[in-house]
Amino acid sequence: MILALHDFWSAKGCLILQPYDMRMGAGTFHPATTLRALGPEPWNAAFVQPCRRPTDGRYGENPNRLQHYYQYQVILKPSPPEIQDWYLDSLRVIGIDPLKHDIRFVEDDWESPTLGAWGLGWEVWCDGMEVTQFTYFQQMGGFDCKPVAGELTYGLERLAMYIQGVDNVYDLAFNQQGVSYGDVFLENERQMSTWNFEVADTDALFDLFRKASAECKLCLEKGLPIPAYEQAIEASHVFNLLQARGVISVQERASYMAQVRDLARGSCEAYMAKYSDQWAEAYPEWAA
Amino acid sequence: MTDFLLELRCEEIPARMQAGARADLERLFREQMSAAGVDHGAITVWSTPRRLALVVADMPERTEAVSEEAKGPPEGAPDQAIDGFCKKNGVTRDQLEVRDVKGRATYFAVKNIPGRDVKDVLADAIPAIVRAFPWPKSMRWGAASISTESLRWVRPLSGIVAILGEQLVECEVGGVVSGYATLGHRFHHSGEITIGGADDYVEKLRACHVVVDHAERQDLVRSQAKDAASAAGLVLVEDEGLVIENAGLTEWPAPLLGRFDESFLDVPPEVIQLTARTNQKYFVCNDADGNLANAFVCTANIAADDPAVIVDGNRKVLAARLSDARFFWEVDQKTALAEHAKKLERITFHEKLGTVADKVRRVAKLADWLVFDAKAPNGDHKLARRAAELCKADLVTEMVGEFPELQGLMGGYYARAEGLPDEVADAIRDHYKPAGLNDEVPTAPTTVAVALADRLDNLLSFFKIGILPTGSKDPFALRRAALGYLRLVQENGLELSLDTVVHAWEGRPHAALAEKISEFLLDRLSVQLKDQGVRHDYIAASREWKGRTDFRVDRVEARARSLAAFLTGEDGANLLAGYKRAANILKKEGYEGTDRIASTGEEDPLENVDDPAMREIYAQRGKSASYDREPSEQALVDALDRAEPAANAAIAAEDFGAAMAALATLRAPIDAFFDDVTVNDPDPAKRSARLALLAQFVAAVHKVADFSRIEG
Repeated sequence: MILALHDFWSAKGCLILQPYDMRMGAGTFHPATTLRALGPEPWNAAFVQPCRRPTDGRYGENPNRLQHYYQYQVILKPSPPEIQDWYLDSLRVIGIDPLKHDIRFVEDDWESPTLGAWGLGWEVWCDGMEVTQFTYFQQMGGFDCKPVAGELTYGLERLAMYIQGVDNVYDLAFNQQGVSYGDVFLENERQMSTWNFEVADTDALFDLFRKASAECKLCLEKGLPIPAYEQAIEASHVFNLLQARGVISVQERASYMAQVRDLARGSCEAYMAKYSDQWAEAYPEWAA
Repeated sequence: MTDFLLELRCEEIPARMQAGARADLERLFREQMSAAGVDHGAITVWSTPRRLALVVADMPERTEAVSEEAKGPPEGAPDQAIDGFCKKNGVTRDQLEVRDVKGRATYFAVKNIPGRDVKDVLADAIPAIVRAFPWPKSMRWGAASISTESLRWVRPLSGIVAILGEQLVECEVGGVVSGYATLGHRFHHSGEITIGGADDYVEKLRACHVVVDHAERQDLVRSQAKDAASAAGLVLVEDEGLVIENAGLTEWPAPLLGRFDESFLDVPPEVIQLTARTNQKYFVCNDADGNLANAFVCTANIAADDPAVIVDGNRKVLAARLSDARFFWEVDQKTALAEHAKKLERITFHEKLGTVADKVRRVAKLADWLVFDAKAPNGDHKLARRAAELCKADLVTEMVGEFPELQGLMGGYYARAEGLPDEVADAIRDHYKPAGLNDEVPTAPTTVAVALADRLDNLLSFFKIGILPTGSKDPFALRRAALGYLRLVQENGLELSLDTVVHAWEGRPHAALAEKISEFLLDRLSVQLKDQGVRHDYIAASREWKGRTDFRVDRVEARARSLAAFLTGEDGANLLAGYKRAANILKKEGYEGTDRIASTGEEDPLENVDDPAMREIYAQRGKSASYDREPSEQALVDALDRAEPAANAAIAAEDFGAAMAALATLRAPIDAFFDDVTVNDPDPAKRSARLALLAQFVAAVHKVADFSRIEG
C-alpha cells in the first residue's frame, strides 16, 4: 500500500522522503511539512511518518485506537486545482473504489495550537470511517501561508483495515505468511500504554521539557531554526507524555501549550527570517 | 423576459453553512439587481455540497434608460465649487446646463444613463457577489494565494455557470471563467455536462445523479430513513438536525439501515445516541416498546450495487466508537463518585473563585441551608448536601470528558450504579435543569435544592468579584442562571428571601450583595414576564415591601402580576388616574408627607409616636373635622376607613388580588371627590384637611404598590 502511494505521488511530482527520526504526534510536525509550508517556493513531498499519541493508548484493547501508528503524508505547495481528483485516484490505486464505498468530504477545520497553525478542509470518510485528513494550510507558526499548501494525511492502519476487511487493527495481515499487525505491535501497545499512563518518571519528563525548551532557545539565539524546531518537537512530545501521566492540571495545561507554541513559532519565525530576503528576490510577488 | 441561471461550483461546502449561503446568495443578487435597476421575477436558490444555484424568473433583456439630474451651484460661484460639482457628478464643465431657479441662473448636471444589456449587468454583478460573499470561515488556495489579496471562498471555487435565457453571461472571478459546463455526481458521472439554461438545469443534473434541490434531498433522507427503520420493524428516532446535515453532505442521498452488536446496549442509550449522532451523523431507532434498538441509519452519497458493503463499513466504525464509549463507561465506574470528586481540587472554576471543589463546598452548604433552614424546598437536608457534594464529580470522568453534553446525566447513572439513593442520583442528573426555555423544571426537593444552590452560587460568586453580564457578553451564563433560578422558584412556589440566602452563603449579612442579586433577578424577571403583559414598571412599583427592598422575588412577582391584572381593568385604570391627580396636587402644593402637616399648625408631635393605642386615638380624631365636610369628602373618608384595614389585612396575608380589590372600592369616591370638592379652599383649615385626606389616599395606595413608578 505504501509502495502504491509512493508510486502514485511520485508520478505526480512529489519527492519521496523518509520518516523523521523523532517522536511526534502527527506527520504535520515533520519539518518537511511545517517548515516547508512557509515561504513561496513550490514544495511537493510524500512520506510515511510514525506518530505517537500517548493519551490514545488503550493497552491494545481497542480495535482501532493506538498510541503508535503510521500516517502517510502528502504536501503539495501551492495546492494544485486537481488535488481532490488526485486524492481520489490515489484511493483507487490502493484498492478503494468510490462506487462501492461511500467516500465523503466532511467539514473538519484543522488547528494545531502547539504549532500556531490552522487550515480549512475535511476529514475524508470511507463508509463512515475517517481515513484521511485533508487540509488547506492557511497559517503556520503564526504566519500566513503564501501560497497555501494542501496537506493529505492518510491513516494507514485504517485504510489497511478497510482494504483487508478486518474489524480489529491487530488482525491485519502484515504479510502473506501469516504475520499479523498484532504479532508485530500488540505487545508494544500494551507495554507502551503502561509506561505512558503509569510508569514514566514525571520528574525526569518535566526536566526533559525544561531542557528541550532551553536548547530550543539556545538554537534560536545562534540563528539555527532547524535544530531549534527539533527541540520544539521534543518539547511537544514530552508535554503529551506528561498529559498522559495526568500530572498537568487544567490551568497548567494552557501554560505548557503556550510554551510549546512559542518554541514552534520562534523556530518558524527564525526560519522565515533566515530565508525572507532570498525568497523576496526570487519571487517578487511574494512578501513576508 | 427570460430566465437566469447561476451556479457557483466549489469543493465540498460544510453542511452547516449551506442554509446561510443560500440566503446570502439571494440577498446579494437582489441588492445587485436593485442597484442596477433590474426588475425581475421570483428567485429560487438551491444548494448541494458542491454547488450553490440560483434561478431567477422574468429577467428583462435591457434595463430602462434613466435620466438623472442634479442641481449645482449658481452661475458665478467660485470655480472650486463648480469643479467640485462636476467631479462629483462625473461631467465636464461644458456639459453643464444652466437653468433659471427662482430668478437665479443655476448649473445643472444632467446625466442620461442609457439602458444596459442585463447580460452586461450580470457580468459585473456575479464577480461582485462572489467577492462580497460573507462565509462564516473562508480560505485562500492555489498558486494565486502567494498574495493574501487572492480571492477568498469557503473552499476552492472551481466553476461558474451563468446563463441568461440561452446566452452565456461571460465573466471571470479569481481565475474562474463562466461557461455552460458543470459537473455531475462526483462518482456516478465523469466528465462535463452542458447546461442549456434554467429550464434543463435540474433535470440534466438529476440524470447525472445530483438532486440539486436541498429540500427534495431532505425529504428523501427523512422518508427513506423512516422507511428503512420500519422495514426492520423499528421506529426511527426522528432528528431534523440530522436530516438537514445528511442532505447537506450528499448529492444523491441513500439512507441505509445497519445493526450493531447487541451487547453495546449495556451502555446508556443517551451515550449511544450521542455517539451515533455527533461522531457519525447516524440516526438511531427504537423498538416497538420505545427502547433503543441495536440499529442505526447512515446516509450514503452513492447508489451502490451492494449497499451491504457500505453498511458493514459503517457498522465497524460505530462498533469502534461504542467500544470506546463502553471503555469509558466501565473505567468510570471503577471509581466511586466521591473519589472522582476529589479530582475537582485540581480544576480551576475561575481564577478568582478557586477550584471546582471550592465551588462544590459552597453549593453543598447552601443546598443544606435551603432545605434545613429556609424550608425551600421542603425535604431531607442530608440528601441535598450529599447530592450537591457529588453533583460535579462526573466532570472528571472519561465519558463527560469525551461528551461534555452528558454532564449531569452520567453522574446520575454512576450514582445509581454505585447504589446511592435515587433522590441523590436524580438530583445529580437533573440539577442543570432547566437548561433552556422549554426545558422542564425539576420538582423533586433534593434536585430543586441542588439546582437552586448551584445557580445562586454562580450568581453570588461572580457578582462578588464584580463580574456582571454587559450587553451581549455573558461568558459565565449568569442571565441563564438567573432565569433558571426564577423558574425553579416559580414552578415550585418557593418563598425565599435573598437577604437570608446571602447571609447563609456569605456567613454574615451582606446588604450590597443582596441588593445586587435582587436587582439582577428582578431585571431578568422583567424580561421574562414582558410577554405576559407584566410591564417592567409594574415590577418597579412592587420592589419595595414595607419601605424596604423586597428580597422575596416571588412576592414582587405576585404583586406585579396583581397590578397588571388590576390596571388593565377599568377600576384600576381610573384609580391610577385618581392617584396621579392626587399626587400631582400634593406635589404642586409642596405637600410631601407628615413633616409638612406640622406647618399647618395642626400638628401634634404625639401623632408620630409608634404606639398602636395612640394611633387608634388619632385615627378616631381624624374622623371628625373642625368644619362640616362636603358629602363627597365624607364619602372618601368613609371609603378610606373601610378600604385601608381591608387592604392591610390582605397585604399581611400576601393576598394581593384582595388588596387590589380593596383599593378598587376607592375609585368611585376619589372620582366624586375630584368632581365635587375644591381642595384649594380659601379656608386654610379646609385646604389643609383636604390635602391630608389626599395624602392619606396616596399612602393607602402606596401600601399596595408604589404607583408613582407606574408609567403612562
